[in-house]
Amino acid sequence: MDGATRDTVLFFVRLPRVGAAMLVGAALAAAGAAYQGLFRNPLVSPDILGVSAGAGLGAVLGIFLSLPVLGIQLLAFVVGLGTVGLVLLIASSVRGREPVLVLVLAGVVVGALAGSAVSLLKVLADPYDQLPAITFWLLGSLAAVKLEDLATTLPVTVLGLIPLVLLRWRINVLSLGDEEAKALGIEAGRLRVVVVAAATLMTASVVSIAGIIGWVGLIMPHMARMVVGPNFDRLLPAAMILGAGYLLVVDTMARSMAVVETPLGILTAFVGAPVFLWLLARGRYGWT
Amino acid sequence: MRLEAQGLGFGYPGKPVGRDVSLALGAGEVLCLLGPNGSGKTTLFKTLLGLLPAQAGEVLIDARPLRRLARVEVATRIAYVPQTHTAHFPYTVRDMVTMGRTAHLGPFARPGARDHAAALEALETLGIADLADADYTRVSGGQRQLALIARALAQAAPLIVMDEPTASLDFGNQALVLREIRALAAQGYGIVLSTHDPDHAFACASAVALLHGGRLVATGAPSDVLSPARLEAVYGLPVAVERLPGGHTVCVPDLSVP
Repeated sequence: MDGATRDTVLFFVRLPRVGAAMLVGAALAAAGAAYQGLFRNPLVSPDILGVSAGAGLGAVLGIFLSLPVLGIQLLAFVVGLGTVGLVLLIASSVRGREPVLVLVLAGVVVGALAGSAVSLLKVLADPYDQLPAITFWLLGSLAAVKLEDLATTLPVTVLGLIPLVLLRWRINVLSLGDEEAKALGIEAGRLRVVVVAAATLMTASVVSIAGIIGWVGLIMPHMARMVVGPNFDRLLPAAMILGAGYLLVVDTMARSMAVVETPLGILTAFVGAPVFLWLLARGRYGWT
Repeated sequence: MRLEAQGLGFGYPGKPVGRDVSLALGAGEVLCLLGPNGSGKTTLFKTLLGLLPAQAGEVLIDARPLRRLARVEVATRIAYVPQTHTAHFPYTVRDMVTMGRTAHLGPFARPGARDHAAALEALETLGIADLADADYTRVSGGQRQLALIARALAQAAPLIVMDEPTASLDFGNQALVLREIRALAAQGYGIVLSTHDPDHAFACASAVALLHGGRLVATGAPSDVLSPARLEAVYGLPVAVERLPGGHTVCVPDLSVP
């Protein structure tokens, strides 16, 4: 391999991919940490609230309509936000039951609905051109990420991160529940909307380049909480560093484990699901 | 600083809990709310704090309607000590108490040296400074209650609303909390608390409000309001009110089977 080829591989293939892995991991972990604090529930994550599925539906719709990357991102964000809104609406209208259970079930149901809409689009998609792109993308992969994708996604992700960083103390207070947060001087409803929108923007922007990569947003905040405790001030950076490092390692495995590249979403589930079971089995539900 | 409720109707949307409640609380006073389970104490408190909208009448803070105040304005005037709960995340006791400082911080600020000092001072006042770095989720129910009271002190609001502050405490900690309530009133705090034990009203209250079925049965000085006849009417069994030689008053229910 001559020097020019080596440079091309390094700067236009490997580095964007390394950057994308870290960006996606950090963003999903940050969004997961925010959702968990916000809904006072260590079980929620972008996957369980249906955000990933909703953003996935938006992105698939974007691919189906042959939109540019920015259009796909926008559609992913709008449908993702709509999905969270729908989940919250269902959860708040089914009162008087176990609220956490209702929230999780609503997320599962709405996620399934988004999933069947995706299936419908797959049936309708052009089987030679669009269908393979949609299928591979749904499995989650960074193989196709180009430098330009990274350049459009990074600012959007940072835009979502800024409110989380600025409001990091108030997110702690909000995790005590709406009533206590209000009594402590916070406009809980307004703050919740801002934080949900910010976390959803982060999720949607990375889903639009990497596809649906599950478990990172659920597991990484748990791991971070074990290391630095629940204070969002320290939890946010810790979760992002862990998420970035984790996805970089898993993506490297996905790329080099076998002759054929393994989709990333499959690997994160293979690693994430057992880890989550282990957290459950520790008996404290991973609250630590 | 004066908290007033005028002809207050309270409850949840479509489910009224109580009405016609008028109360007043000034600096240095302790108002004790007594009433059986389900009499509407917690709902009334949430309405006094503006967490539930009043269904009738008005809550006034220094003659200003509560509903016109922003949350941060309410929080610098009234602090809330909720019934002991289990937190969902293991914040340290110190973090939990420091959250009381939120109303004094800008929207994007995090607590600074002054806030940490205020939190530590509140912990010391309640005698739990040694628990500062323990997980709030792992200390006992009584210690959690003391931490929540410390949080209210860190909030530095002149009025404090306490929802059954002695409910989960052992005998000694109940006495500790009652003593603390008296000390805070002596410093000029106005305190509203609810309790299930009429003895506590005698021990620390300057006024008692007896709530039954969402209506005020009587308000006034403990010795005027808490007569054997009224206690029997509200709690449904004969109660003797005895004055002890030391000056304390105790209420003793008749436990004989009819």
